[in-house]
Amino acid sequence: MEKYILPEIPDYHTLPVYEQHGGYGALKKALTMKPEEIIDELKKSNLRGRGGACFPTGLKWSFMPKGTAIPKYLAVNGDESEPGTFKDRMIFELNPHQLIEGILIGCYAMGITAAYVYIRGEYGKWVTMLQKAVDDAYAKGYIGTGILGTEFSTHIYLHKGAGAYICGEESALMNSIEGGRGLPRIKPPFPAAFGLWGKPTTINNIETIANVPLILNKGWEWYSKIGAVKHPGPILVGISGHVTRPGVYEVPTGVLLTDLIDEYAGGMLDGKKLKALIPGGSSTMILRAEHVPGVTMDADSLKAAGSSVGTAGMIVMNEDTDLIRVITRIAKFYYHESCGQCTPCREGTGWLWKILKRFETGDASLADIDLLLDVANNIEGNTICALGDAAAWPVQSMIKRFREEFEKRVKPVQALAV
Amino acid sequence: MLSQENLNKVEAIRGHYPDSKAALLPALWIAQDQEGWISTEMMSYLGDLLGVSHAHVLGVVTFYTMFIDKPQGKYHIEVCTNVSCLLRGSDGIMDTVRKCTGAKPGETSADGKFTVSEVECMGACGGAPMIAIGEEYYERLTADKLEAILKQLA
Repeated sequence: MEKYILPEIPDYHTLPVYEQHGGYGALKKALTMKPEEIIDELKKSNLRGRGGACFPTGLKWSFMPKGTAIPKYLAVNGDESEPGTFKDRMIFELNPHQLIEGILIGCYAMGITAAYVYIRGEYGKWVTMLQKAVDDAYAKGYIGTGILGTEFSTHIYLHKGAGAYICGEESALMNSIEGGRGLPRIKPPFPAAFGLWGKPTTINNIETIANVPLILNKGWEWYSKIGAVKHPGPILVGISGHVTRPGVYEVPTGVLLTDLIDEYAGGMLDGKKLKALIPGGSSTMILRAEHVPGVTMDADSLKAAGSSVGTAGMIVMNEDTDLIRVITRIAKFYYHESCGQCTPCREGTGWLWKILKRFETGDASLADIDLLLDVANNIEGNTICALGDAAAWPVQSMIKRFREEFEKRVKPVQALAV
Repeated sequence: MLSQENLNKVEAIRGHYPDSKAALLPALWIAQDQEGWISTEMMSYLGDLLGVSHAHVLGVVTFYTMFIDKPQGKYHIEVCTNVSCLLRGSDGIMDTVRKCTGAKPGETSADGKFTVSEVECMGACGGAPMIAIGEEYYERLTADKLEAILKQLA
């Protein structure tokens, strides 16, 4: 398949090469359209967010108030910190202008005059790469005041995070841009009503925005026919773990997970057998090998299989994998990253880790399996943001699908002398 | 506390936001790049500069793991041990780092050159196992490759 997000064209990340291949043509086209026509085009294309929630992008854009003089903002989420996820980094590196072009189209469609791109602090090098592209686009008049000779003006600023997974949560991200700790906000009010500095704000994932110029260039009909009907378009899949060629692969949605492993990632490493697979970043529910055939990389198929597409960061595990170690490490991550606002998450994530460590060292009892589920169930749905759910789901699904792994690690009961 | 050049940078960045408090994270990065870490005095100075309380600055510095509030070694080695790296041998990578630097996670080597941290996923899962030294990522590591990298810096 032809590549649309990460085209295999040398130096595509530079402005001249991007322009040679029609770059910024979608922006020019957008500036001749009415904002509502652009939003309509996106709605019909059925583009759904690539950050994990799969929310329809056109619908999200339509929530922004129209015909108002108050400032509105766009925040673009490049915090990318969910373990197993490493796709947005490729866009910063290989196709930054398509991202910038998408941001500009979004700003025009929603009447926004400032966009903030939030990039995780560890990606210092990639911040530099994107800043270079932004500077070049400013110099050519694509960003700034009176863009391409029209009345439309907007600015793009990069905002570097500093090591906090929670800042990928949209309301925590806004607090982080505002100069605070990354604490999620209670919703409602939703960002389209009360976002950055209390003003209407839209938050989109990097990859989502990079899809926008394609839809404007080629039309919603073309786009909606790529891949899975209800979740169309190209998608960046990150494959890591026990495969021969780990990496980021651009595929149409709806590709078989088995094809992703065997054809794209070159098959299982050293010819070992697949044991388990986490399809969309560490918070998505684990699948047993026997449930993987027939499942495809899109929202509906993965939901039917009892998991979710998440960030399409697939972690592949072979037959030798110690799944107790894997789940203990995942639990430690969520404990470390909990912001501490909500008691069920602040305390519960720590308890999950502590109990799981007992399985790791062989000190657990059978009752600890139920205790884990009890703690996880009391976190799920009881917190301000989805980090609590993200901590609970992997534990719940690991017990549901690999209970025997836990039972094997229970301390043998010693007969009591009477 | 900030050099004139860096002060100018902070002033320019303030203009990116409708509220100067938002320039706090960028200002902390500039301060840390200048000094290598962020002292209590620097926190108070930046608070006064941007019109936010010293307590707020302290809260922000301690919330984000990448802000460093004590001096550390010349090179900061961050070893990812999250799932994708774990599956591809981060245990061995950590052992090699310890062997070459003499420092465990959270420690600085005796010669003051290396500070070692165990960190969460850095978004390089396709290149697992990996470490970062400063802004530089080193991916698809083996013990030999890692030893060679660390020897060059020692």
